[in-house]
Amino acid sequence: MDYGTYRGILTLVILVLFIVIVVWAYSKRTKGRFDDAAKAIFDDEIKHDNTISKEEKESEK
Amino acid sequence: MSQTVASQTEYNYKVVRQFAIMTVIWGIVGMGVGVFIAAQLAWPALNFDIPWLTYSRLRPLHTNAVIFAFGTSALFATSYYVVQRTCQTRLFSDKLASFTFWGWQAIIVAAAITLPLGITSSKEYAELEWPIDIAIAVVWVTYAVVFFGTLINRKVSHIYVANWFYAGFIITVAVLHIVNSMAVPVSLTKSYSIYAGAVDAMVQWWYGHNAVGFLLTAGFLGMMYYFVPKQAGRPVYSYRLSVVHFWALVSLYIWAGPHHLHYTALPDWTQSLGMVMSVILFVPSWGGMINGIMTLSGAWHKLRTDPVLRFLVVSLSFYGMSTFEGPMMAIKSVNALSHYTDWTVGHVHSGALGWVAMISIGAIYHLIPALFGHANMYSVKLVNTHFWLHTVGVVLYIVAMWISGVMQGLMWRAVNSDGTLMYSFVQSLEASYPFYVMRFLGGVFIVVGMLVMAYNVFRTVTAKSGSLATDANTQMA
Ligand code: HEM
Ligand SMILES: [Fe+2]
Repeated sequence: MDYGTYRGILTLVILVLFIVIVVWAYSKRTKGRFDDAAKAIFDDEIKHDNTISKEEKESEK
Repeated sequence: MSQTVASQTEYNYKVVRQFAIMTVIWGIVGMGVGVFIAAQLAWPALNFDIPWLTYSRLRPLHTNAVIFAFGTSALFATSYYVVQRTCQTRLFSDKLASFTFWGWQAIIVAAAITLPLGITSSKEYAELEWPIDIAIAVVWVTYAVVFFGTLINRKVSHIYVANWFYAGFIITVAVLHIVNSMAVPVSLTKSYSIYAGAVDAMVQWWYGHNAVGFLLTAGFLGMMYYFVPKQAGRPVYSYRLSVVHFWALVSLYIWAGPHHLHYTALPDWTQSLGMVMSVILFVPSWGGMINGIMTLSGAWHKLRTDPVLRFLVVSLSFYGMSTFEGPMMAIKSVNALSHYTDWTVGHVHSGALGWVAMISIGAIYHLIPALFGHANMYSVKLVNTHFWLHTVGVVLYIVAMWISGVMQGLMWRAVNSDGTLMYSFVQSLEASYPFYVMRFLGGVFIVVGMLVMAYNVFRTVTAKSGSLATDANTQMA
């Protein structure tokens, strides 16, 4: 296989991979999971507050 | 007893605080050196004939300080914060995290000593000599262990997209640094690259370009995907787009490096490939920018009252501007005009001061109150002041360089009817002087802004916990 053919095939493989990723990302299957993931950054406030308040208690000692 | 158990379940904020504070300090140092060398270009006598103060030695000091001290400290701080909060678990190892902090600071100090002494491998953005290079590799691998160890320990099933960008950045920078720094040492302070000729140029710009793509872009996009939604109080506009954005960006960036080597000894086909890939790179870049900005849809009014959000969103506009300009400059005929001129410098700084610095500053303004138990910065008004100082400074800087750059490009290529050059190099330099003064002024605005930030951060950090929530100062600007 000459270099040009090799590159051509590689480009095609990457293009197909890209289309697969787009179809997967926008499929119905992922919707619920991705929506949850996007909101998850607001889920850990308690842990954050605990970290801060515990450190404050320690520093008062 | 219960204390030690508890401490394992809380987050490690100590290392985040350390890196966050150092981001501000290194920002002032790095940008301060930048203003000084800008002044030297306008008034060359400012090197005082002292070798350590010559432009050639201070320029790499500036680039290393802003990229590796300021920018990378911001990336350490935010990545350690984001990975803990989104994985809801403590950092993999406090000791290793602490090692990365002290190790990285030692490397910065070593750079600040060796570069003015003229100790350099002379590869752009990779000037540090081999003993420091080895130290960087060790600290970086430790960073990867801490970050990926934390990802593995996560308490949630999904890995939030910001971490994907941080992970890509950490792995790629390790590979780039190790491959590009391969050298044969001849003494403690001198080594020679194992690459030669056109291969050396290609490896160097494979490194340089992808350092821009993964350190200055992917890393800060990780920052964007956490801090923009968090500060806006709403989830990212499209999580699906963010996934496609990640894969498209990391698979395309690698191929565009040859746009730094147009019309050189590099084979022609490589240059053309680099050009085409650079133009395509526009698409994922703008996809990401739109995703960030649209996160505010329905909450645009917050921009009027929240200067921290304004820093974050305006940084995205600058990102959009640089990633429109970059592909354009990568077109060979445009590059024939822009290459070696101040236009490139203008492009760099719309990326570096507009995108990288503004997203970092926004993230630090979000982080500092959160890390020190306050609802707000000591003064939101001063954040607003900083925003305007910085914005005016960046605009002055890049407009000056655009004009100067295009003018240089046109003067250098102008020929008389008999084919001789119309202008000497010195004539083009003289024409640039007013714009060098203008850039210096822009730089002064930016550094003053950073000093305002330092004061504000100092007052926030030293304020009694909880005392800033309802302070009159924090009234919206
Ligand atoms: C789609 C995105 C981008 C493309 C295609 C692109 C393209 C280019 C081109 C064509 C050059 C000039 C090369 C030359 O003539 O010497 C350049 C230089 C540069 N760009 Fe970009 N750019 C992009 C985004 C960015 C961003 C976002 C930043 C900063 C965060 C950035 C930082 C730089 C730096 C530091 C240089 C200077 C390299 C040197 O020292 O010569 N670029 N870029
Ligand atoms: Fe590049």
